[in-house]
Amino acid sequence: MSTGYRSPSFLRDSWRIARKDLRIEFRTRSGFLSASVFALLSVAIFRFSWDPTAVRSLDLAPGVLWVIFTFSGLLGLNRSFGVEHADRAMDALLASPVSREAIFAGKALGNLVFVLGVQALALPTVALFFGLPLGPGWLAVVAVAVLAAIGLVAVGTLFSAIASNTRLAEMLLPMLALPFFVPVLIPAAQATAAMLAERPLADAVPWLKILGAFDIVFVAACTVAFPFTLEE
Amino acid sequence: MSATSDALVAHGVSRRFGPRTVVREVSLALADGDCLALFGPNGAGKTTLLRLLGGLLRPHGGTVTLHGHTLPGDADTRRLLGVVSHKSMLYDALTVRENVTFAAECQGVRDVRSAVDRVLDLLLVRDREHQPVRALSRGLQQRVSVARALVHGPRLVLCDEPYTGLDDVGARALTGALRALKAAGATVVLITHNLSEGLELATHAAIMRDGRFVHEAGRPTDGFDLPSFAAHYRALIAGGE
Repeated sequence: MSTGYRSPSFLRDSWRIARKDLRIEFRTRSGFLSASVFALLSVAIFRFSWDPTAVRSLDLAPGVLWVIFTFSGLLGLNRSFGVEHADRAMDALLASPVSREAIFAGKALGNLVFVLGVQALALPTVALFFGLPLGPGWLAVVAVAVLAAIGLVAVGTLFSAIASNTRLAEMLLPMLALPFFVPVLIPAAQATAAMLAERPLADAVPWLKILGAFDIVFVAACTVAFPFTLEE
Repeated sequence: MSATSDALVAHGVSRRFGPRTVVREVSLALADGDCLALFGPNGAGKTTLLRLLGGLLRPHGGTVTLHGHTLPGDADTRRLLGVVSHKSMLYDALTVRENVTFAAECQGVRDVRSAVDRVLDLLLVRDREHQPVRALSRGLQQRVSVARALVHGPRLVLCDEPYTGLDDVGARALTGALRALKAAGATVVLITHNLSEGLELATHAAIMRDGRFVHEAGRPTDGFDLPSFAAHYRALIAGGE
């Protein structure tokens, strides 16, 4: 058994936890598969219930995108702490020198990669099904999606930790998290609409500022609050 | 229960869950190299006490200190801990080596590879190192769980029914590992329902009921009397006390 130890490092520990979560997801693929199937089915349902003569695709697409991003993301977030509680692996993490904040950051980073992966699948699918023009506005939409994913994942990770301690985790997480998603989703959808319509960037800037502000607030608040969710 | 040079000290520790008090003002002191075997019927509060001793639960009364640091303590204090439970605390999609390596990295072990090799050899699971944990039997998973807990050479090992699911080979490997740790000066707290397993390593023993120690025994030189202790335990289990 070893005698030499490294001091804990927030970044190293966070990355280690995220890498472990992604490795588990890569092996099982259960979360990504269910989220992807959900996203693709949702796109298909929205597409075939859409009347192009009544609503323009540019008006409908932002709402469709964010409904899909939100609910498919929740499917992944639900699993985030499930893997820690199945055999009480969380106890081993808590008894280790890794800080609670690093555990949160690692979990959030793993969830962010998951959500971005689902977005990477859903975004071109929506563009294809709704015949959206693939102009330079799409790069800006990708940037908005990443920015919004940060806020959604911060809140979702915190509430996933809370919900996973209960027997009704899968039902409780959406009930807890969705109200807190709203301040992120409204500016994200508005900015997406502006970008897709290729309106001047200035139209989207106020929404992007709100989105950025909520990202900062949510990431900071959730990091501080997370250790309290671990108390029994 | 007290020892001369205290490594683990609990003073008047209590814990409630809702209106129910599960651990009531328990005090103990264990020195380096001591092993406390903790017995008692189901629901006596043993697991809760163990979680309090490891800083995994905060006490509602009293304090727990490990080498002078109040638990849960800072990173250096938590590094002194190793926890084994009847739950494996493993990730079943990861391989044996990945699980133990992850634990070693979280503990900040510098030479991860050799630490992992050593502990996998010690627990006789080296030949399974590339198998996912979910493909192992319950007993092998438990051995891997012990390897995970011991990979960083903890100074306090908390074991909650660690022999659950182990065959003779696994049980001997676990006893050997705990004995080696004890000889190296680690303190061990061991919960078990099996008297012979518990007392094989014990320097102290206690029977818990309703959140309290109802019978304690110290080192053999202090009058540790196995037949008398066993009689007390059996009487308690039978509801005779």
